[in-house]
Amino acid sequence: MKIHEYQAKDIISRYGISSPVSYLATTPEQAEKGAEKIGGKVAVKAQVHVGGRGKAGGIKFANAPLEAFTAAKQILGMEIKGIKVSKLMIVEAVNIQKEYYIGLTVDRNTQKIVFMVSREGGIDIEEVALTAPEKIQKVYIDPVLGIKSFQLRRLASALFDEKELRKKVIHILSNMYNLFVSEDCSLAEINPLVLSSNNNIIALDSKINFDDNALERHKYTAEMIDLKEEDADEVEAKEHGLSFIKLDGDIGCIVNGAGLAMATMDIIKLFGGNPANFLDVGGSSNPGKIVKAFELILRNRKIKSILINIFGGITRCDDIAKGLMQAYKSIDINVPVVIRLTGNNEKAALNILKENNFTVFSRLEDAVKVVLKKKVKQVNVL
Amino acid sequence: MSILIDESTKLTVQGITGRDGFFHTMAMQEYGTNITAGITPGKGGRKVHGVPVFDSVKDAISEVEINTSIIYVPALFAADAIYESIDAGVKLIVCITEGIPVLDMLKICSYIKGSDIRLLGGNCPGLISPGKCKVGIMPAVIHKKGNIGIISRSGTLTYEVAQSITEAGLGQSTVIGIGGDSISGTGYIDLLEMFEKDEQTDAIAIIGEIGGTQEEQAAEYIKEKVSKPVFGFIAGKTAPRGKRMGHAGAIIDGGKGTAADKIKVWNNNGIKVLDRPDIFGQEIKKYLFYSQNV
Repeated sequence: MKIHEYQAKDIISRYGISSPVSYLATTPEQAEKGAEKIGGKVAVKAQVHVGGRGKAGGIKFANAPLEAFTAAKQILGMEIKGIKVSKLMIVEAVNIQKEYYIGLTVDRNTQKIVFMVSREGGIDIEEVALTAPEKIQKVYIDPVLGIKSFQLRRLASALFDEKELRKKVIHILSNMYNLFVSEDCSLAEINPLVLSSNNNIIALDSKINFDDNALERHKYTAEMIDLKEEDADEVEAKEHGLSFIKLDGDIGCIVNGAGLAMATMDIIKLFGGNPANFLDVGGSSNPGKIVKAFELILRNRKIKSILINIFGGITRCDDIAKGLMQAYKSIDINVPVVIRLTGNNEKAALNILKENNFTVFSRLEDAVKVVLKKKVKQVNVL
Repeated sequence: MSILIDESTKLTVQGITGRDGFFHTMAMQEYGTNITAGITPGKGGRKVHGVPVFDSVKDAISEVEINTSIIYVPALFAADAIYESIDAGVKLIVCITEGIPVLDMLKICSYIKGSDIRLLGGNCPGLISPGKCKVGIMPAVIHKKGNIGIISRSGTLTYEVAQSITEAGLGQSTVIGIGGDSISGTGYIDLLEMFEKDEQTDAIAIIGEIGGTQEEQAAEYIKEKVSKPVFGFIAGKTAPRGKRMGHAGAIIDGGKGTAADKIKVWNNNGIKVLDRPDIFGQEIKKYLFYSQNV
């Protein structure tokens, strides 16, 4: 789960990391007021989850409250990578000596937490990672042991040469590690971490993502989710226990299991078709999920046909068949539906479907071929 | 032979009174798996499908023999269930539970590293040695005893591959799902090593998907250490970037972990990569036929 910069800022300050004074604004008037309270130069920053907002014009500087008003007016309502800006952060502009990067994430290979720091912070950190990886110092942390003092010292000396600054940054590094593990983050970074002209180390911008699997034990965090930033259909799918992702094609897919769902899309493509979506109904499916799956898929006007591919394991085939019958009763399904169904409780499912004149394939290849050749006569629609 | 489980497996089901634990205890018993105990805290003294239920693994192990555990408890309690089995001395732990927090899994993996404890999963379908023992949720009927070992990150996709092998008139030595999360107890390499040593296994099918670099590491290992023929499939050629495809681990992050990259690495390291999961049987059969007749 992703959150906004202003929310991340709240969290890091709870962990004792200082950042510039700021105010949230949803109107140009509020932006003006915020700038007035701060006094002096401010930055007006769009609050969106997507990256690259600076390059897209989502960050502007203002020397006076009225300028902040104008900047806010320009940014509010602007679209950045398809997301409409509705919130701004008005933040005190800092006189910067130098920009640094610090970030934590989980390293899948070593199965450890990795802490990365660099003297080359700022918007081009990804470029640095690619072209000059030696400029990023990494420390791998065993989560059972936690971060050790020598590791903090190593990171600090990779960032600063001066003793005083190393001392200061060790506090920040240690607090960031605590934040990462206490809040079940999947990513926590400060970029840039800046050295101000009066030698303070300040978090100018931070980004925190959370492990979705752990949200249940962080109610406070779970409330920060901004549904406007997510695809509405994908959110609705999630609420119903479905995993759904829209694609560009015209063949709708309903599959059980993520791996099989991906493979089904791949086979459709291999045979010359184009899948319209990834949809995993998940394990232990109840008939209602199938109805919801049809609803979501049929909202897409491009859909020409639907392929159902079920290999019953923990999902029972008869539940799927019942769901299909319910779907035909409750919604208008006006495209051909091809069914491939095999595995646990297959017989019970076939009885239900045959009674209702559906043709069911037990081999995936046959079903995909039928869906692509659009041999609609083989598929009886109720 | 076969690997990890066989007739000598003595299984305990953690979460035996829950919906899935209850259902699959019956299914595993029907297959012939020897289930000696079930665990649900607070429900000791009952019986489920004839299996005695205990309050803890430790209680159970003092009364019956257990060498393997399967876990069906909810995600936020799964890590605790794993530690409980480790504490009681169980050496093979299979975690079916999906959605375990990543930091919980990191700690468990660190805790068991270098020990003789083997954890499979979480978020995995378990494993089956056809004709001998089933510790998992897979439909039994699609499997047949034979000489092909299967390792996969996915559940239902594995069923597809197993079925195609059975339909081609071949069978499986052991079929293992390692799970779809980004951090899991066992990866490809340990299992490849076991299959390489296993006398019953003549060929290996390995199924990967987008995300991470496990497939790339497996390729290196196969090139250097595996003499048996390896057939592969990678799911997710059509997956978009930056979107998590159901499995927590199946995401193309920052352009890394694409299907195309993985397929290339596998091809370059001697793995016979197939472009569909439902043709493993016929392709392996052809290969084994020719190699035996040359």
